[in-house]
Amino acid sequence: MRRREFFRTSVGAGLAAGAALSLGGYKKLWASSPVNTKYDMVAIMGGSPEAMFDLGIQELGGIGAFVQKGQKVLVKPDIGWDVIPELAANTNPALVKRIIEHCFKAGAKEVYVLDHTCDNWVNTYKNSGIEKAAKSAGAKVVPANSENYYQAVQIPGGIKLKTTKVHEILLDADVFINVPILKDHNSTRMTCCLKNNMGIVWDRGYWHSHDLHQCIADYTLYEKKPALNIIDCYNVMVKHGPQGVSKEDIVQMKSLIITTDWVAGDAAAAKMLGIDPQKIDYIPIAHKMGTGNMNLESLQIKRIKM
Amino acid sequence: MTTSFLRKFRIVFSAVVLICFILVFADFRSIIPEKYVNYLLFLQFIPSAIKYFDLKTLAAGGFLVVLMLSLLTGRTYCSFLCPLGIGQDLFSRIGGRVKRKFRRFGFKKPHTIIRYSFLTITLGVTIFWGIYLLTLLDPYSIFARFMTFFGKPVGLLVNNFLSGILGRFDNYALSNVQIKGFSLITYSIPVVFFLLVGSLSFVKGRLYCNTICPVGTILGLLSKISLFRIKFDENKCTRCGRCSLVCKSSCIDFLNYDIDITRCVDCFNCIKSCPDKALSYGLISAKNPEQKTDESKRKFIAGSILLLFGISRFAKGQDKKAPVPKRESTVKETKTSSVCPPGAGSIEEFTKHCTACALCISACPNKVLFPAVREYGIAGFMQPVMDYHKSFCTYNCTVCTDVCPTSALKPLVLDAKKLTQLGKANFIKDNCIVKTEKTACGACSEACPTKAVYMIPYEGNLVIPETNQDICIGCGHCEFACPTTPYKAIFVDGNPVHLTAKKPENVKSEISTPVEFPF
Repeated sequence: MRRREFFRTSVGAGLAAGAALSLGGYKKLWASSPVNTKYDMVAIMGGSPEAMFDLGIQELGGIGAFVQKGQKVLVKPDIGWDVIPELAANTNPALVKRIIEHCFKAGAKEVYVLDHTCDNWVNTYKNSGIEKAAKSAGAKVVPANSENYYQAVQIPGGIKLKTTKVHEILLDADVFINVPILKDHNSTRMTCCLKNNMGIVWDRGYWHSHDLHQCIADYTLYEKKPALNIIDCYNVMVKHGPQGVSKEDIVQMKSLIITTDWVAGDAAAAKMLGIDPQKIDYIPIAHKMGTGNMNLESLQIKRIKM
Repeated sequence: MTTSFLRKFRIVFSAVVLICFILVFADFRSIIPEKYVNYLLFLQFIPSAIKYFDLKTLAAGGFLVVLMLSLLTGRTYCSFLCPLGIGQDLFSRIGGRVKRKFRRFGFKKPHTIIRYSFLTITLGVTIFWGIYLLTLLDPYSIFARFMTFFGKPVGLLVNNFLSGILGRFDNYALSNVQIKGFSLITYSIPVVFFLLVGSLSFVKGRLYCNTICPVGTILGLLSKISLFRIKFDENKCTRCGRCSLVCKSSCIDFLNYDIDITRCVDCFNCIKSCPDKALSYGLISAKNPEQKTDESKRKFIAGSILLLFGISRFAKGQDKKAPVPKRESTVKETKTSSVCPPGAGSIEEFTKHCTACALCISACPNKVLFPAVREYGIAGFMQPVMDYHKSFCTYNCTVCTDVCPTSALKPLVLDAKKLTQLGKANFIKDNCIVKTEKTACGACSEACPTKAVYMIPYEGNLVIPETNQDICIGCGHCEFACPTTPYKAIFVDGNPVHLTAKKPENVKSEISTPVEFPF
């Protein structure tokens, strides 16, 4: 009898919690960049990923300018491939860890880390080193391997992508921090800020079959935009991306770009790879849509060499 | 000396074995190291024998241990180690409860002709033709198929239910796993055997083991000369017949103080049932009869097992919805051969040694293995085959080769597996998004772990796939990732004999470490 009661109570509690979530969960407003920062972009070169981040975020007024006390933060690295950290197919785990630490220091209530992996998710989370690094900093590492975790959302103004399914944590979090790693990409030529969004949606096969560049750009119209984009350019895969084959694909650039404008971030990243941003179709498309600025000359950029 | 403790020992031991087996098949997160799985499977008679005769190594000699055990102790294997036997005991126990009033086993004559016919035919077919009958009748494989087809999906349902509740509380310790079913026809064999073995054990105890099971018959023959066995003390026996009524093998002829040792599975129920302590287990000598038992506490386990076996219909038959491209692809994939799992060597060798126990199907972390319908011909029904429309073979993984209890999948070290070419990628340009829609895609090349699929310039700013079959390992990630339907624009054609792929070559990049920001 006691067991049954326990069971009933837990289900009841679950239902209540679920109801509370669905009633209250979506009303939070997401300002894309509520803060007035001194710079639109900070680019750092020459240090360890952690040291570069410490320095760079300071220039932007510290992470406290973006993360308020008691907020829930989603840190979204690129954890696409079942590959070891040295081969730089996934965001540097040390960088992810340091970002999480900063968030907690700023008073974040909870930090979540997730990615919709391409390879087997259990192995990928593990072998990328990110699961361990994130957990050691106190973050919650959340599965994203099942359609159950995703909810359909509208993309107002999207040309090819009018609706897509995004991870529930994105809907639930107060702050979204995008942490891509810069890589070559066989098809779009580069993967960075915007393309990292393909790891927070479920149905990316749709993107591939419905004009990939347009879909990537369309997604930037979605209301929940990142407060910060932190681009890992420490080890950069310059060919055979996005998965890589061996160490020969990697060039050590020892750089980090932090920006509030993800289109600008992609434009700067493209130049790191030696590619004209105009040649990466989704960048000019997003620029024209007004979801970011690819003209780096018109931005306030702080460049630091360590 | 009293030997009544033996029954208790048997119950505890077999419960542990059964739980271990259930855990192995329920382990969808691959938490149990393959090493331990191998320990558990080492003593499984048929898989071990197949492996031994194929590889001629004592490392696969588990079945020899079982043979010696039988010479020494009789058919203890059937009660202590065989998961199907233990499972039947559970069923039998439930049957005894449900039909307590009128089910009495009592002594029955053996079905001698049927048993030995089954054994002879099975052996004959196996030796002269192939493994096909053994595949059907091996008790371990029968059990393993139950677990893979019915047990695991139920486990996943429970997991998904719990993870759903935990998720509501912001706890992600458990994760939702999407349940993939198999083609309906492949359920026929597990269902038929479930009904057959289940109903026989429910009403007739160990009748299946003593009539059809080839392992039971072989070990029964051996136990004719076993040293230890159940004995009657004729001086104590009052011929009450209780022992005979509890004997699930129906092998105690108490009127003649005789036990048919070829059918006795050493469950020791009779010892417990005898009010006069006339039955004991010990070194070979005299005779004497006795009787009845029953106990419980295992209702919980019994209930779970019934649940595991019973709720198959919840297994969903569909995987995730394939994204729909604007236009349907038109060119059919022309596969000349199916893809068999790594470690198989060749389809021919593989189908000779696989008992279709489905352990690899259950263990595969990527769920790319499916029971074959016609891929290997009628004889290869139920043996595992790669289905790249459903998933792909993950690059850094050798789990299937590590758990295979027979030698059908031979162990591969990871470096060797990464060069084992299961098949070759073939590109169908006329199906490709880049050609039909004139938009970028590259999902196949992105997925390729060796860059056997790479992109070359096409019209304007577009790039289109091209393949280098020399370095392709046939993992199927390209085929899986390709978004076109109903036909893929890239597919893996199986190698009937696995080949070795060339190692992908790579050269240092010309881009150098920057000293200034390029912006």
